[in-house]
Amino acid sequence: MKRSIIPLTVTLLTLLFFYIPIILLVAQSFNASRYSGAWTGFTLEWYARLFRDRNIWMALRNSLAIGLGATTLSMVFGTTAALALDRYRSRLQRTHYILIYMPLVIPDILMGMCLLLFFVSLGMKLGLLTIFLAHVTFCISYVAMVVLARLQDFDHSLVEAARDLGATRRQAATRVLLPLLAPGILSGGLLAFTLSIDDFVISFFVAGPGATTLPIYIYSMIKHGAPPVINALSTILLFITFALIITAQMLTWKKEKTT
Amino acid sequence: MKKNSPSFSGRFNPNEILLSAPSIVWLILLFAIPTILIFLIAFKSADAYGNISTHWTLDNLRALANRHYPMIVWRTFWLSCLTTALCIGGGIPVAYFMARIPRKGRNLLMILIVIPFWTNFLIRIFAWKNLLHPEGMLKQVLVFLHLVAPEQPLLYNPWAVLAVLVYSYLPFAILPIYAAAEKFDFSLLEAAQDLGARYSVALRKVFLPGIRSGIWTAAAMVFIPALGSYVIPDIVGGAGSDMIGNKIAQRAFINRNLPEAAMLAGALSLTVLLPLLIYLFSQRRNKHQLLTGTPP
Repeated sequence: MKRSIIPLTVTLLTLLFFYIPIILLVAQSFNASRYSGAWTGFTLEWYARLFRDRNIWMALRNSLAIGLGATTLSMVFGTTAALALDRYRSRLQRTHYILIYMPLVIPDILMGMCLLLFFVSLGMKLGLLTIFLAHVTFCISYVAMVVLARLQDFDHSLVEAARDLGATRRQAATRVLLPLLAPGILSGGLLAFTLSIDDFVISFFVAGPGATTLPIYIYSMIKHGAPPVINALSTILLFITFALIITAQMLTWKKEKTT
Repeated sequence: MKKNSPSFSGRFNPNEILLSAPSIVWLILLFAIPTILIFLIAFKSADAYGNISTHWTLDNLRALANRHYPMIVWRTFWLSCLTTALCIGGGIPVAYFMARIPRKGRNLLMILIVIPFWTNFLIRIFAWKNLLHPEGMLKQVLVFLHLVAPEQPLLYNPWAVLAVLVYSYLPFAILPIYAAAEKFDFSLLEAAQDLGARYSVALRKVFLPGIRSGIWTAAAMVFIPALGSYVIPDIVGGAGSDMIGNKIAQRAFINRNLPEAAMLAGALSLTVLLPLLIYLFSQRRNKHQLLTGTPP
């Protein structure tokens, strides 16, 4: 059968398109010259400057604290939501599904604007607390969707079997359902954590002056100069992302091989 | 899959209420009410201190009609449409290629496509700012090849915005199209050719309709966020590249006019709602599949 070379060409071009900006960014972070395309020598100065910048560490600490807090709370609320959505078929659950679904699809800027108006109307002081509340709001939906997908492959007869063997409702839930569901809840949590750490738009809208997360700090660096330092920071974050994705992928491959 | 039917189908099943209450209460308080609030505050006026005053007005609605809003709405629309078209145009051949190669190659390609998707959004945009910088490498290469005049800026124009929009949303298009292409039975293409169809005709009449649902999902997942773009035009676009998102942020943070920002956000959410409803009725869980990177 005749095969066209167009798909291969487009795929290769797409990969070039994806990676050229990233590779140049990494190369630039070791370049002694500030902006220019010319290579004026290898340096680690930008990395040294980065590690001396105390604001970055503050911002990172805020991001991690908000990420961990929002992840924990949304894992609980997202899981209960998924259980309700999976188990009941009522009008309430139809509304519930729409409430869970909408935050996933509306543009971030609308979510940010909604929450900003809400906090301002309540007279709340904008800051880390409002960022945390905003993050929980979108994280619940992601956790609920991931857990719901797992529940749909879940063998509900296991819970019934436990009940038939004399387990109370509570025992069946805590000893059978939750342990079996744990990987799903954890992967939902991981997704929520990543999205929380990465979020800029929503955080920026509800941050107010003074409250800085890592993406907000990166944004202000981009807006107000200091490019070589961002190159260095970006390179570090890129390598963390690579490592995480490759580890996650290797784990799933291993699982595929054993099953 | 077995569904446990509720023990009694009344409205007040205590377990159902207990399980649903946390998320429903949270989302009503922090999502549903704030959304309604946008449409209320849009009809308030701002006082001199940037607070929302108590009296009602139609000024913000009138403000939508004049000044340069039509230009910005038009730019937002064509940039989003072009981004969607380019992402789907690029996504289809890539998805086709991925679906036809052996499993190992697919997994590798999947990782390569997911990495930029998981990379921090701001860093991806910043990488482009570097790439297009007047003293950057790309500019030098293009000038050397006489493709671009030395004084022609690559940054701060709508084309730079378009490039970064496509860069950011292409994975959103590739993954759902690939999920559909993976399920496509490619022997149908051979059958069409055996029956005398040319390869290109077979692709158009058999393959494209076969992956239609994936294409629609891709379109919704690129078009909706593209309409709400704000950071991309803010960083790589110039004064003449503002989109609706930039105006919302400008009114909210620079002019401290929250009601007018709310009016713009309200108009945008009505625009988004239309494609969203079409999407909601056609597809259900593709967002999740995209985010976890697992095709069904």
